[in-house]
Amino acid sequence: MRFRLETRPYTPTWLKLSLPFFAILATLIICGGLVALAGAGVLDAYTKLLLSAVSSKFNFVETLVKAAPIAFTGLAVAVAFRAKFWNIGAEGQLLAGAMAAAFIGGRGALPSWSLVPLMLVSGMAAGAVWALIPALLKTRYRVDDVVTTLLLNFIMFYLMMALVDGPWKDPLSGYPDSPDIRLDAEFPILLGGTRLHLGVILAFAAAPLVWFLMQRTTLGFNIRAVGENATAARYAGIRIPLVIVATAALSGALAGLAGVGEVGGIHFQVMAGLSPGYGYTGIVIATLALLNPIGVLPAAFFFAVIITGAESMSRATGVPVFLADVFQGVALISMLIAILFTQYRVRVQR
Amino acid sequence: MSEIFGEILQVGFFAAILRIATPLILATIGEMFTERGGVLNLGIEGIMLLGSMTGFTAAYYSGSLWLGILAAMATGALAALLMGFLTVTLGLSQHVSGIGTTLLCTGLAFFFYRLIFGQPSVPPNVEAFQALPLPLLSKLPVLGPVLFNQFALVYLALLLVPAAAFVLYQTPWGLSLRAVGENPRAADGAGVSVAKMRYQALVLSGMLMGAAGAYLSMAQFNAFTFGVISGRGWVCIALVVFGQWSPWKCLAGALLFGFVDALQLRLQASGVIEIPYQFFLMLPFVLTIVAMAAVSRSATPPAALLVPFRKEER
Repeated sequence: MRFRLETRPYTPTWLKLSLPFFAILATLIICGGLVALAGAGVLDAYTKLLLSAVSSKFNFVETLVKAAPIAFTGLAVAVAFRAKFWNIGAEGQLLAGAMAAAFIGGRGALPSWSLVPLMLVSGMAAGAVWALIPALLKTRYRVDDVVTTLLLNFIMFYLMMALVDGPWKDPLSGYPDSPDIRLDAEFPILLGGTRLHLGVILAFAAAPLVWFLMQRTTLGFNIRAVGENATAARYAGIRIPLVIVATAALSGALAGLAGVGEVGGIHFQVMAGLSPGYGYTGIVIATLALLNPIGVLPAAFFFAVIITGAESMSRATGVPVFLADVFQGVALISMLIAILFTQYRVRVQR
Repeated sequence: MSEIFGEILQVGFFAAILRIATPLILATIGEMFTERGGVLNLGIEGIMLLGSMTGFTAAYYSGSLWLGILAAMATGALAALLMGFLTVTLGLSQHVSGIGTTLLCTGLAFFFYRLIFGQPSVPPNVEAFQALPLPLLSKLPVLGPVLFNQFALVYLALLLVPAAAFVLYQTPWGLSLRAVGENPRAADGAGVSVAKMRYQALVLSGMLMGAAGAYLSMAQFNAFTFGVISGRGWVCIALVVFGQWSPWKCLAGALLFGFVDALQLRLQASGVIEIPYQFFLMLPFVLTIVAMAAVSRSATPPAALLVPFRKEER
């Protein structure tokens, strides 16, 4: 008896929609083994993890706040992967956006009302420029985009560290972090007593906008066409390099917004721990969402629950907080396998 | 300027190049084998980290560094098998599978390190590998201290390069592997099992990546830290492109990287030049991108790289 993969003639919608749930269920089961290995009750640990993230108004908002940057990076990756532009560089583009926001937010000469809009625009521009480098290298010199986007993350990180350890070093604290942005540059808080800031709303509004762009505009059509069949797209007269460059700019701008939100709404400065790998989490989220911009929102929310809940779970049960990192890896791999079943079904041969 | 040259033209500097290049040589040669077989192993960064952690832990508890290296190679092979299952058996996207493998291995390394060692104020350490001077050879002027007074793993890495070249170009296995990477359908027609070759190359690469990670926590340093790999795996991916999938050119790339890294360490320590040290840390990554852009026109990756192979499909 052996198993064989057979191409599906069509994919039922119910299957597509339920796949992420199967993938997450599989992830919960696999990671449950690690929880047990750490000597904690599996159900107890999971209950603590899931409930602590939504147990109070404050915690729920904190989860939303955590979901915002990963929703942006998830959207960035989803857009890029649609065109098969393998943007593994959302991390660096996020940092670029954050640095632009910190720069603008600290300018004394700018009128107060202009700060937030300028931070948003400059952050998007910085992220886009950082994503354009690999896009141009790919289209002009055929340099592999995976490698360049990856390496550019490190370059941007060291660039930021050189700044905050040098010219941007906060003279007040003496720590390697930039001075706080002006009070007028801080994002408005939308719910008293919490950190629900403008960036969170923007992230949730961005998803339907990106969906509209991808499904209802020529650019979106071209992006999808290039990703699905580059040869056919070329024969249809689509200028592939142009589409790749536009995709990269859009993707980088979205990742840049993630950084702007973190600076404008949470940290008010840039420093080493600004992003604990949000760019890479974006890859997991986009995959879990089947590269659908709307799907990015529930996926980002779910991962925000995991990330914020892992800390309280760790405190209560002693399971290392890094379970959240393992969770990301397992979820990505489970989802990849699950996606396989949209294209193939398993046939048993005797 | 003369001070700078004084810093550079020291025997210790050239010895440092080799020590820094060693983990890169190991992992780059491993990556070269899988790519020659048609699989881009983006799990490299995570596999190196996991190897570094398991190798260190095994050495810490057994008291034997070599047992640590073996443990690292074994976990590397296991992680590579996962990569093989995803990309070879299931034929999933190599890009995303590789990132998934890296995320998973990174998470596992952190998780188990914390589980085993808790949160000590001083990281536990092992007695790191000592230099092993080769008799007679190490007494040679200049060459002796540079080449023949190194860690045992440095010698092994240097021997690995001609061995890899021989295996790749002179043996039936190497021929099959290259065929599988260039034209899997033809190789399959000639009776070569594509899946078997790719799995073998992946396991080999996983072992080398694991050893490279263990070298970092047991020879270069004597403890495991979360930042022990810090992008070296991704550099190896770039070095394979830079080395145009050839063992000797990969060695040249790793040595060049070692040179830049050793240079930045010297310049930082000497304080001759006042440039933020982060720029030196950044330099290898910048140079790698520049080098890739420079060689990209002449570089021809294996034709079947990134393409899954299913026997039944046409």
